[in-house]
Amino acid sequence: MNFWLIQILNGVSFGMLLFLLAAGLSLIYGLMKILNLTHGSYYMLGGYVGMATVRATDSFLLALVAGGLAVAAIGALMERFFLRRFHLQELPQTLLTFGFLFIFADLALWIWGGNPESMAKPALLAGSSRLGALSYPTYRLFIIAIGAAIALLLWWFQERTRFGAMLRAGVDDEEIARALGINVSMLFTVVFAMGALLAALGGVLAGPIMGVYPGADFEVLLLGFVVVIIGGLGSLKGALVGGLAVGLLDNFGKVFFPEFALFTIFLPMALILAVRPTGLFGRE
Amino acid sequence: MSDPHESAAPVSDERQGDRRAADRHDAEGLNAVHMEASAARSRRGLWLAGGLILACLLPLLLSSYYLGLVVKMAIFALFAMSLDLLIGYTGLASLGHAAYFGVASYATGLLALRLGWGVWFALPAGVLVAGLTAAVFGLLALRARGSYFLMITLALAQVLWGIAFGWRSLTGGDDGLPEVPRPDLGLPWSLADNTPFYYFTLVIAVLTTWLLARIVSSPFGHTLRGIRESEVRMRALGYDVWRYKFSAFVLAGMFAGVAGCLYVYFNRFVSPDYMHVARSAEVLLMVILGGAGSLFGPALGAASIVLLENVVSAYTERWLMVLGIVYVLVTLFAPEGLTGLARTLFKSRGRP
Repeated sequence: MNFWLIQILNGVSFGMLLFLLAAGLSLIYGLMKILNLTHGSYYMLGGYVGMATVRATDSFLLALVAGGLAVAAIGALMERFFLRRFHLQELPQTLLTFGFLFIFADLALWIWGGNPESMAKPALLAGSSRLGALSYPTYRLFIIAIGAAIALLLWWFQERTRFGAMLRAGVDDEEIARALGINVSMLFTVVFAMGALLAALGGVLAGPIMGVYPGADFEVLLLGFVVVIIGGLGSLKGALVGGLAVGLLDNFGKVFFPEFALFTIFLPMALILAVRPTGLFGRE
Repeated sequence: MSDPHESAAPVSDERQGDRRAADRHDAEGLNAVHMEASAARSRRGLWLAGGLILACLLPLLLSSYYLGLVVKMAIFALFAMSLDLLIGYTGLASLGHAAYFGVASYATGLLALRLGWGVWFALPAGVLVAGLTAAVFGLLALRARGSYFLMITLALAQVLWGIAFGWRSLTGGDDGLPEVPRPDLGLPWSLADNTPFYYFTLVIAVLTTWLLARIVSSPFGHTLRGIRESEVRMRALGYDVWRYKFSAFVLAGMFAGVAGCLYVYFNRFVSPDYMHVARSAEVLLMVILGGAGSLFGPALGAASIVLLENVVSAYTERWLMVLGIVYVLVTLFAPEGLTGLARTLFKSRGRP
């Protein structure tokens, strides 16, 4: 019984990290129709900047801020100066984001070297918590709580704020939104930066349990894709449901079939594709 | 070496261009157009013959090392042309094309290493495995469109990478399969040397390029172009669009497989890197850099990237960064590729 509960919590905490990644991927796609192949790099860069900050200042909170803001700035610059020129042109966008994926991968390799780096847990969250008869690492519970909080915040932001209304208008019909006087250009940059920020937060949060390592960019990009293929691009609900599903599937796959762990993720993906090519909550 | 490939693109493109031109001209103009076309054809024939002769004489001019580089260029040219069948001709941008290259490499490598199969069986088997993989992936990926198609092709390719990486007992995992033997053709020349292997590659590359050229200039090829331009229109005309896309997908996978088989014999090694997303991204860049929609363009792009990698790697370890910058520069300044760039320059110079 304890075994199952622990594995489920492990899966959910990883799922929350995937949600952070996929939420940004999905938001960016929903508004701009850009499939951002650099998204995994945001996660990895967030992790590296966070790690460097923790080592320099000993503050996890500062790491979250520094990692998040640095990567948000990178995202904003990429959107303003590069992606904007190729609005709705799929192939150039793909090439550009691929290019930045390689550039950031090599940059990280250059600065931080090719070995996996570990990152200290914040002292406050380093121990275990008791859940009834169960003892479980506090830090993982913290990830679940943060993920849930951000999911709520994003939902509130999208459904209840003025900016959220503008965002929904932009997603539904960009032309009309422009005609209504919504500053769509600003919206694009802000949403792109926000997506990058979410991915970077995921990277910083993942640091203490999974480490920071080269190749993480490709790895999580792929998982992020599976999440949005299952959940549907452009949907926050899809990112959450898909993220939790992939987190759980990945975790149980690694426990039960370590050699073929990827299959426990891809088989359900293939099945969903066969039934619903646009994912559970996606729109054509 | 890329000369034999030159045949293909101009054949299809100019013929089509001639056709369009012919439609516009009235009866008296037609004659001139025909003469122009036949002149272009014979000019092309000359280029082709010259290129082939040069290709045959190349081992006299180059050292074994550079000959090996030319072999690599030819293999990647074939790989890039196979992807262009999807991107340039059918309008399907696959982000997982290295899967078919890699799976053919593994199949051929394993058959040659573990079962001692000769090239005449191992190579077709590799191509067949690539075709079957493409058929399965095509069934899944072609259900989706646009960005979903991109993501799914990428994700499926990465599954194969994961298998190659994880299934150590079969694939050797991260270490790959070393010491795959060079093919033994039963000739007096050993293909362990680069010169005979060069001729082996040349024959296969010329044959496959000829086949590709035939495919893209056939009615089938024209239908693919029609689908690229407007799927809705082709469907309205009564074409079974899905079947054409699926056939193109499987064919592209098989031609990528030919390249993969050649490469495993050439390198005598295969590792999961062969089907990594980075490889798929690289071949995509080759197609765009050269110019999608012809066969010559991607071959040129492939040769350029292979050459660039060779030069850059001699000076710095930052090849990945250089490659990334090339992606960005190509997107910003040469969206039509090198052939498009050349066409623009040529046109502006030709204008009085």
